[in-house]
Amino acid sequence: MDLEEAEEFKERCTQCAAVSWGLTDEGKYYCTNCHNVTERSQEVTSTDLIPNTQIKALNRGLKKKSNTEKGWDWYVCEGFQYILYQQAEALKNLGVGPELKVLEDNLSQSDWASEPELLSDVSCPPFLESGAESQSDIHTRKPFPISKASQSETSVCSGSLDGVEYSQRKEKGIVKMTVPRTLAFCYLSLLWQREAITLSDLLRFVEENHIPYINAFQHFPEQMKLYGRDRGIFGIESWPDYEDIYKKTIEVGTFLDLPRFPDITEDCYLHPNILCMKYLMEVNLPDEMHSLTCHVVKMTGMGEVDFLTFDPIAKMAKTVKYDVQAVAIIVVVLKLLFLLDDNFEWSLSNLAEKHNEKNKKDKPWFDFRKWYQIMKKAFDEKKQKWEEARAKYLWKSEKPLYYSFIDKPVAYKKREMVVNLQKQFSTLVDSTATAGKKSPSSFQFNWTEEDTDRTCFHGHSLQGVLKEKGQSLLTKNSLYWLSTQKFCRCYCTHVTTYEESNYSLSYQFILNLFSFLLRIKTSLLHEEVSLVEKKLFEKKYSVTRKKSRSKKVRRH
Amino acid sequence: MSDFSEELKGPVTDDEEVETSVRSGAGMHFPWLQTYVETVAIGGKRKKDFAQTTSACLSFIQEALLKHQWQQAAEYMYSYFQTLEDSDSYKRQAAPEIIWKLGSEILFYHPKSNMETFNTFADRMKNIGVMNYLKISLQHALYLLHHGMLKDAKRNLSEAETWRHGENTSSREILINLIQAYKGLLQYYTWSKKKMELSKLDKDDYAYNAVAQDVFNHSWKTSANISALIKIPGVWDPFVKSYVEMLEFYGDRDGAQEVLTNYAYDEKFPSNPNAHIYLYNFLKRQKAPRSKLISVLKILYQIVPSHKLMLEFHTLLRKSEKEEHRKLGLEVLFGVLDFAGCTKNITAWKYLAKYLKNILMGNHLAWVQEEWNSRKNWWPGFHFSYFWAKSDWKEDTALACEKAFVAGLLLGKGCRYFRYILKQDHQILGKKIKRMKRSVKKYSIVNPRL
Repeated sequence: MDLEEAEEFKERCTQCAAVSWGLTDEGKYYCTNCHNVTERSQEVTSTDLIPNTQIKALNRGLKKKSNTEKGWDWYVCEGFQYILYQQAEALKNLGVGPELKVLEDNLSQSDWASEPELLSDVSCPPFLESGAESQSDIHTRKPFPISKASQSETSVCSGSLDGVEYSQRKEKGIVKMTVPRTLAFCYLSLLWQREAITLSDLLRFVEENHIPYINAFQHFPEQMKLYGRDRGIFGIESWPDYEDIYKKTIEVGTFLDLPRFPDITEDCYLHPNILCMKYLMEVNLPDEMHSLTCHVVKMTGMGEVDFLTFDPIAKMAKTVKYDVQAVAIIVVVLKLLFLLDDNFEWSLSNLAEKHNEKNKKDKPWFDFRKWYQIMKKAFDEKKQKWEEARAKYLWKSEKPLYYSFIDKPVAYKKREMVVNLQKQFSTLVDSTATAGKKSPSSFQFNWTEEDTDRTCFHGHSLQGVLKEKGQSLLTKNSLYWLSTQKFCRCYCTHVTTYEESNYSLSYQFILNLFSFLLRIKTSLLHEEVSLVEKKLFEKKYSVTRKKSRSKKVRRH
Repeated sequence: MSDFSEELKGPVTDDEEVETSVRSGAGMHFPWLQTYVETVAIGGKRKKDFAQTTSACLSFIQEALLKHQWQQAAEYMYSYFQTLEDSDSYKRQAAPEIIWKLGSEILFYHPKSNMETFNTFADRMKNIGVMNYLKISLQHALYLLHHGMLKDAKRNLSEAETWRHGENTSSREILINLIQAYKGLLQYYTWSKKKMELSKLDKDDYAYNAVAQDVFNHSWKTSANISALIKIPGVWDPFVKSYVEMLEFYGDRDGAQEVLTNYAYDEKFPSNPNAHIYLYNFLKRQKAPRSKLISVLKILYQIVPSHKLMLEFHTLLRKSEKEEHRKLGLEVLFGVLDFAGCTKNITAWKYLAKYLKNILMGNHLAWVQEEWNSRKNWWPGFHFSYFWAKSDWKEDTALACEKAFVAGLLLGKGCRYFRYILKQDHQILGKKIKRMKRSVKKYSIVNPRL
């Protein structure tokens, strides 16, 4: 009898209302006053989960099996901790610093300290649906009757001890852990460390299977059985959506009352100057554009430390979409240089082409048309491959999830059947065609100077689109059109909509290209572009608008 | 969809009025509304990526099959198998059939696949779910038949015949009947081979009786298997033909006639010209009276006026005593030549030429005019243009002659076709052409004399 551990259990005894517990030989708590034995077993309440390595030891401590087939008794939050652990491992393999793990544990420890207390009241009736909006995105289809949480019944409906109850809990103000939220967690930790991984990179790694997310439960220990309601909790069948995870990051950050994050300064990877450079290189645009992007950053104040740093407690606008913002800035710069009205950019290209033909020795002028042709081809190819890879994605894991014990043999049989069929067909497939697993990389497109097939535009000059005026350079383009005339002020989360047909084809192409790069919706990018423009042309929005305005560019 | 509607009904109290079904009492069905109702219940979420990628996978497979890219189709199929484990029960139940259809296509054509692979695949798919066993068995058997493995096919069909699991629906009944009928067809094939053997043997041969008995046994089994199927409305040509052949062989003419009459005249059966053809041929063999034959062919005439049997029909009508039959004979001939496929049919033209002459000689100008009225606008261009004159003469002078005669009778001696043929010099047909000229002069319907 381990009195020390029994002290963790703080519940009042139902019979004598004392708080004084001991452990029986079977590991169940009993009240030392009146010797009332509860059904609660030992493993529930320890919340000291600081180092990750102890998670494994802890789970091994869960040896109190009610029966061998059922496996261990485990709680849903432990499952999540497992997932977080795996994700931290994966991130470490990607080159993130090892402090991440500690961070994650601290986060997970501090946040869910409240959880076990809620969980310990299993005998209480489940929380009634108060009609509050659901915080979770769990969709359980199985029409199991909403059972009163008695131990035996919950164990029938889910492998975890509180699966049923967990998925029904819909209290206002409580943020429930879900698998997408584990990613939010990861991102918060990355942000804290100011690692060189943006949210879109993270989500892309998830899609490419470098970070466990879909079927993360596969790597749970053998004895943690999942079925019933656990399916809805752990069996995710969608890839994470950028906006969704972004919202959750903010939500979790606010919920945990996290302090102001470390500053994002100019030398940090997430600063727009650096991110813009990265994206410019990736999309094969000339390096000279970088000075323009820095300029725009300065003018809009988007490079300020206060603007960039995430501060959950302060009620400031929470803008941690660094990647989307950087890309939006690039789009704005492209619009400044080329207007993108399906006309001007092509006439500029004509000029550039003529010049380049005459002066083959000099640094070539950047030719929009050429760039477009090369980029379009590369983009179409990549997109096609991406779609094919997505169509072939295997969602189901080797560990099938089933409804209940009755279904278990059926589910396993099905799994076996599928594996057999796959084996049969794999003989028909040419083995050389299957590509090996790609190593994760931050860049999706690679351009080099030596490659003669595909021109690399990094070194090209912007001389063709700029003209000198005294000490400063002006863009040849003196016009600009705003992506959004009016911003929406209602309660919906969007400030503008994106109707493709209203915009020029060049603009559509640029948006499609960048949205594909970041795996976001074009409407999201369009919105961000509009917001950047709003900052840049503040006066325009507050005064009646004038159509043309010249843009001065200082040469550094 | 059904379990979903139960969920809707679940938490609703009696006081509230909730629309639990999107089908109104008037029987209108709004499928688009159903999807909206569904999305509302799940909080307006878009459908899962699983559903989206599997449907993308399906379209890739279909595209690869269309382009005959078996390799790629197999690759996508590899990933498509996971729909068997779909959490959506509706899709999960529909998956085996889709997988069977696509997989069998791929295995049929893929260069690396062989009989064994197909057989293993078929056996696996049969055992997934109860509903598909019969269909897959039948298709499997057909595949084996295609590859000439008759014994295996028969074995397959016998196994499938005794399958009694699953619901007893009418479709299952039909499938079982089909399976039996195909088995019967295979037995018929063996029977017919044995019959061939038998015909080569002498009656005194010692093996004759044994073989005859064997043959008889087969026929009995066949008849049992096939007869059930042909009672169900449908198009069962090969089955009916073989069954009737057997019945005839054993002298059961009445039975055969009953089967054929049923097949042709039962209103529940879909309209099938072959049925009438079989019946007609049978009656011809039985030397039925002319009136009966005419009545059978009349129906065929209504369904397929361009059939080559129409010429036989015409002969029958021509020889008939009734005037209405003879008029119909003319109609039939015109009807046959209305169709592009018969324009070069020399028999038809010959008949028409001869018949027209007879009719005009017999003073039935009205008949001819009635038929010609609806055709005089387009037959000249269709049959009797200058182009046709030249090409017909080049190809087949006899045909050209007959056509010319008809042209002359219908369009007068001034018509281009007739004049062209007349101008042609021909050793053998020269005399005939001259005779034609005289007849046309005398009998043409445009002749101002008549």
